[in-house]
Amino acid sequence: MQTLTNRAQPVDRRPMTFWEKMYLPAIAKGMGITLSHIFKKKATVNYPEEKRPFSPVFRGLHILNRDEEGRERCTACGLCAVACPAEAITMEAAERLPGEEHLYREEKYAARYEINMLRCIFCGFCEEACPKQAIYMTETFAPANYQRKGFIYGKDDLLIPDPKNPITVKK
Amino acid sequence: MTLLTIAIDWAFVIEKILLISAVLAVSLVIAMYETYGERKVAAWIQDRRGPNRAGPFGILQPLADGGKLFFKEEIIPATANRFLFILGPSIAMLAACLTSAVIPWGDVLTIAGREISLQVADVNIGVLWIIAVLGMGVYGIMIGGWASNNKFSLLAACRGASQVISYELPMGLALIALFMISGSLSLKDIVEQQRDGVWFVLLQPLGFLIFLICAFAECNRTPFDLPEAENELNGGYHLEYSSMKLGFYLFAEYINMFISSALMATLYFGGYSFPFMDSLGLSPNMVTILGIVALFLKTFIFIFIFMWVRWTIPRFRYDQLMKLGWNVLIPLALLNMLVTGAVILYRQG
Repeated sequence: MQTLTNRAQPVDRRPMTFWEKMYLPAIAKGMGITLSHIFKKKATVNYPEEKRPFSPVFRGLHILNRDEEGRERCTACGLCAVACPAEAITMEAAERLPGEEHLYREEKYAARYEINMLRCIFCGFCEEACPKQAIYMTETFAPANYQRKGFIYGKDDLLIPDPKNPITVKK
Repeated sequence: MTLLTIAIDWAFVIEKILLISAVLAVSLVIAMYETYGERKVAAWIQDRRGPNRAGPFGILQPLADGGKLFFKEEIIPATANRFLFILGPSIAMLAACLTSAVIPWGDVLTIAGREISLQVADVNIGVLWIIAVLGMGVYGIMIGGWASNNKFSLLAACRGASQVISYELPMGLALIALFMISGSLSLKDIVEQQRDGVWFVLLQPLGFLIFLICAFAECNRTPFDLPEAENELNGGYHLEYSSMKLGFYLFAEYINMFISSALMATLYFGGYSFPFMDSLGLSPNMVTILGIVALFLKTFIFIFIFMWVRWTIPRFRYDQLMKLGWNVLIPLALLNMLVTGAVILYRQG
């Protein structure tokens, strides 16, 4: 029969020799192998105490960025939501009112901006799609939560703190 | 009237009670830490770290495991025989603990002019006692497997019974060759002879190998763990057990392992004796204490070998197990006995 790759090895079906039938040499060999493994480097990383470094291009949790004057960059154009293959991003746009120029850079802003971290596949397409450099991915990942609703990150989770107006903790 | 004046030596009674409690406590603690050791050895062999969360290096892990077992729901199946269902793990545990009575844990300690032998009972049929009690251990498996009223448990019980019968024969035959050399069944005598002469493993290498293999089979440890057989019998004889009754079965296995290791150290590796122990020039009490340390060191090495083998060798098929027992080990043990007898006769004549 013509083989496809010529890499097939015929199986050795010779009857076992006396040495092989003794079984003990094979056991000794196997025990030697396991003994050598005892002293090998362990593959496990002791997670909370030591963390593996991420690569510089690691795509973790999203943040919403601000400009140099501390205004939100996002203009709620919806391009990130369109680009998202997992349909994890939802937003509601609102119009900037007079007197809010110090809060939002453009005339339109996102009143509600949510990312469902259970749907998100961390592909980074939103980052690429954004024309205003508003959304970026960081090097952390979503921490565990007891409920599904805890994984829906709103604007208060995503927006980076304003360097000019530090957040006052509300009750 | 002379019968009534039997003087009870209260110091002797207290001494024995203390010794029994100590031996029991030590066996239980060692069995506890064997579970930890087993998980660690398994992890190391598989390039993992093993339990290291509970306490420093995970040394509180056995307590956590035990606590978990205590708080588990206790279930007795509706179709099970309640009496036998409870009797099973009790017998397993009892038989496991009984064996430690005749093992000499050390030589004589002299405290306040009183000589205290570190052996609970120096009976002249010590080894027979051990074989008898080890054979009783399988009743725990059989009764538990039968009482569960589950086909897998029953299969496991049958396997356990026939396995123990098959492997007790070569074990006994291997021991007979040993007794031909020692001329005594008392474990204390056997150790004392090795103290003056050489370790019996040098005189009986084949006998020791047979005994080791049979000890694995008697303890239901991995290549011979067919009564448990997780992947074909789903846990085997303890399939229906939960909570501390399951804990008893698992615990009995680890105590058996400890006792078997101590027995192998005693019979073939000189027990509490160690090389040059009588030429160190130390006080007798010091030598005795060092002897205890030596015995436990030997025991721990055997326990490690038990674990090492478990995580190396896969389980036998049932027909292979029977074939090994009847076609290989029994003829080998008989041959060993014959050669030993011939050599002894030749040296006498």
